[in-house]
Amino acid sequence: MFSQLAIFFLILVLTSWVLGWRRIRVPQQAGGPRPRSRAVYHGFYNALWCALPMLAVALAWLAVEPWIIRPVVLHALAESTGQATANEAFRFVEIRNLASGVLPMERAGEAVRRAVELYQQLSLKADIVMTVLLVAAGLGGLVSGYKRISNTLPAREKVEVFVRVFLFTSSSIAILTTVSIVLALALETLRFFQHVPLLDFLFGLKWSPQIALRADQAGSSGAFGAVPLFTGTLLIALIAMLVAVPIGLFSAIYLAEYARPAIRHVAKPVLEILAGIPTVVYGFFAALTVAPLIVEFSGSIGLHASSESALAAGLVMGIMIIPFISSLSDDVITAVPYSLRDGSLALGATKSETIRKVLLPAALPGIAGALLLAVSRAIGETMIVVMAAGLAANLTANPLASVTTVTTQIVTILVGDQEFDSPKTLAAFALGLTLFCITLALNFLALHIVRRYREQYD
Amino acid sequence: MAISPENVRRRLRAEKRFRFYGVAALLSAASALVFLVSTIVSSGHTGFYRTTLKLEFDLDPQRLGIETPYTADTLRDGHYYTAVKHTLYALFPEVTSRAQKRELSKILSPGAALDLRQYVIDHPGQIGQAVSLEVPIASDFDQLYKGNLPRTGRHTRLSEAQMAWFDNLVERGLIEYRFNPGFFTGSDSRYPELAGIGGAITGSLFTLLVCFVLSFPLGIAASLYLEEFAPDNRLTRIIEANINNLAAVPSIIFGLLGLAVLLGFFGLPRGTPLVGGMVLALMTLPTIIISCRSSIRAVSPGVRQGAMALGASPVQVVFHQVLPAALPGTLTGTIIGMAQALGETAPLLMIGMVAFIASVPASPLDSSAALPVQIYLWAESAERGFVEKTAAAIIVIMSFLILMNILAVIIRSRTQTKVE
Repeated sequence: MFSQLAIFFLILVLTSWVLGWRRIRVPQQAGGPRPRSRAVYHGFYNALWCALPMLAVALAWLAVEPWIIRPVVLHALAESTGQATANEAFRFVEIRNLASGVLPMERAGEAVRRAVELYQQLSLKADIVMTVLLVAAGLGGLVSGYKRISNTLPAREKVEVFVRVFLFTSSSIAILTTVSIVLALALETLRFFQHVPLLDFLFGLKWSPQIALRADQAGSSGAFGAVPLFTGTLLIALIAMLVAVPIGLFSAIYLAEYARPAIRHVAKPVLEILAGIPTVVYGFFAALTVAPLIVEFSGSIGLHASSESALAAGLVMGIMIIPFISSLSDDVITAVPYSLRDGSLALGATKSETIRKVLLPAALPGIAGALLLAVSRAIGETMIVVMAAGLAANLTANPLASVTTVTTQIVTILVGDQEFDSPKTLAAFALGLTLFCITLALNFLALHIVRRYREQYD
Repeated sequence: MAISPENVRRRLRAEKRFRFYGVAALLSAASALVFLVSTIVSSGHTGFYRTTLKLEFDLDPQRLGIETPYTADTLRDGHYYTAVKHTLYALFPEVTSRAQKRELSKILSPGAALDLRQYVIDHPGQIGQAVSLEVPIASDFDQLYKGNLPRTGRHTRLSEAQMAWFDNLVERGLIEYRFNPGFFTGSDSRYPELAGIGGAITGSLFTLLVCFVLSFPLGIAASLYLEEFAPDNRLTRIIEANINNLAAVPSIIFGLLGLAVLLGFFGLPRGTPLVGGMVLALMTLPTIIISCRSSIRAVSPGVRQGAMALGASPVQVVFHQVLPAALPGTLTGTIIGMAQALGETAPLLMIGMVAFIASVPASPLDSSAALPVQIYLWAESAERGFVEKTAAAIIVIMSFLILMNILAVIIRSRTQTKVE
């Protein structure tokens, strides 16, 4: 269905291009008067007249269709069961999955089965209506565009206006993305806070999102205190920064100030490879190699380490962040004007004294910005902690113990079967919004520091 | 500060120490990389191989329980598992008790019966004759042969008798150790010896295809607008700030966006490369825009002025001169964005590309796995045999990434000569 429509769309658009082009091209070749725009622009003009109405119809249909069929199906379902449908969104998705064969029909009850049949009938009708509308829109556009084409039509100007609008729309997708992230997360989070008070979420010390099976069971609402998640995230990020900052910073200094070009040529790609390794690979490395090593080592000095220790995840995350810090700091250090270096060296300072007392202070805002960005990376990193950190929300600062993080909990809650509208599922969105706000704040802060102090030495 | 020899020596020592810190930092970064790569290669290289058992099958139609006419449908229903088991028992006439036979049959992989069935379906002419086939063996024995499973100690999962039988098969030269093409063509399986990454690679390719189709034109269009047409006003600055911020948003947030908006609101099919590609396109778009803009900026202003002077309109200048000159650079940026998208896991987990899918997807609208997700799923599996598969899949994904980066470098070096 979908692919046939797509092919039909392409054929119609191509035809209208050729028709528009020929309408100008043929009389012109026969020695007619010179048109205002070249024939290709008339082709594009006609193609746009044909394509845009079809796209508009298709988009409008996609947006409207579920809201037409959904209430009808749910209403029918409610009537045949004799009670109001709870969890409407969930029910409807289930019906749709049953209809498309994703879920087996055997599991469905009689009422649901009838609803599925109704859905299938309705969506078949809907498909027919949509096809008719699409064809009508395409042909209508083609004809009215074709009628407008003449030697005096400023086709190029019209097409160029469209091109400019298209370019602008593409670049505003960034805004659209941000807005939809905020809206989507905020809506679900608001629903979460109808179940759980905001203060309990932000300052609660206990996190156990399990929902009891029966409503009268003790602790049936679960506990949604996010403090252990934040401390766990911060502990792992701190360990990561303890590894990455010295190594990354000293690598950057060495590469920028000491290394011969030959060493730079070898060392830079090594760091770039570290940056390009997928995080799932780091996660595997942390869980398979580093964590057992830590257990063994701490066992040999008489300490007990969890097999999902914060240390393992933090160490490996540190390795992941090294190239991030080193390349950002490298840029910042290299950007310090040469006059500063020369002045310091001319006063008899050694190279390391110049670096420590002149270059680093000059580059400090940039380096601080880089470190903040690295922290934001570490906090938002998902796969390493999902694979190497634990699930138990322990409130501890012991790096050998198992802690859990914000991202780990989001993944744990949302992977697999979800209950719609349960506080547990909504909690993941609340965590996501918190994470988004924290990383956004860190990024703005980093940018602000860099902007504020950047041109001081120029 | 007085200049004394002692003071100078102290300062020079400090200089040396400082320099040493730099070298040490670089060396530790490099050794971390070496350690990581060597761990993966050493535990992954055996994942490309498998051990097989060579058995002489008597394709007696009665014993196989198949009836004429021999079509694919009738042949599908034979008792192949029994046939394989009995062929193995025949090698060990001393094994008679039921319990022992059950233990002995554990050497075989469920894939052995499937291979035999496939052979019979493909060669119906051989029915009634004796054929020699190499069939897969169970993962534990495969691991034992590769030396990944200890023979003694508390991690031993096999009995003494099982190991003795297996050693006997090795001595008789019936065990073969070969390259496993099924690893590249097969799909996920509960049995490590049968699992492959074919389905995951196809899923990743579809995902990247969707991602490319969306992000390449949109990325170029957005960069062209920002570099060539955008007026210097508040709106433009907001767009630029948004793009920079999105580049630093954690990838899991894009997954949540896909879950709430694409799956929840628009009702797109869950766990498909279509949705995965759309989410990854949103995620890589900032990266692509940032690098596309710098390559558009690198096009010499003379090109623009020359075209303008000949009477080209601004749109014509951009599409006839600037874009063709910047295209290789934008392609480089896009490939780097695609490499980032290929390795991304968390957003795909959020939109449900984590289901157990034992088939190769045929279109971007089928539920499917993706290579990084497959790695995650296998890494989380408790089966010992999946460790080498995980590491082998990592080797494959890293090879893809290296290839993509080499491609980007080649295109970049070509442009540099062209622009100058």
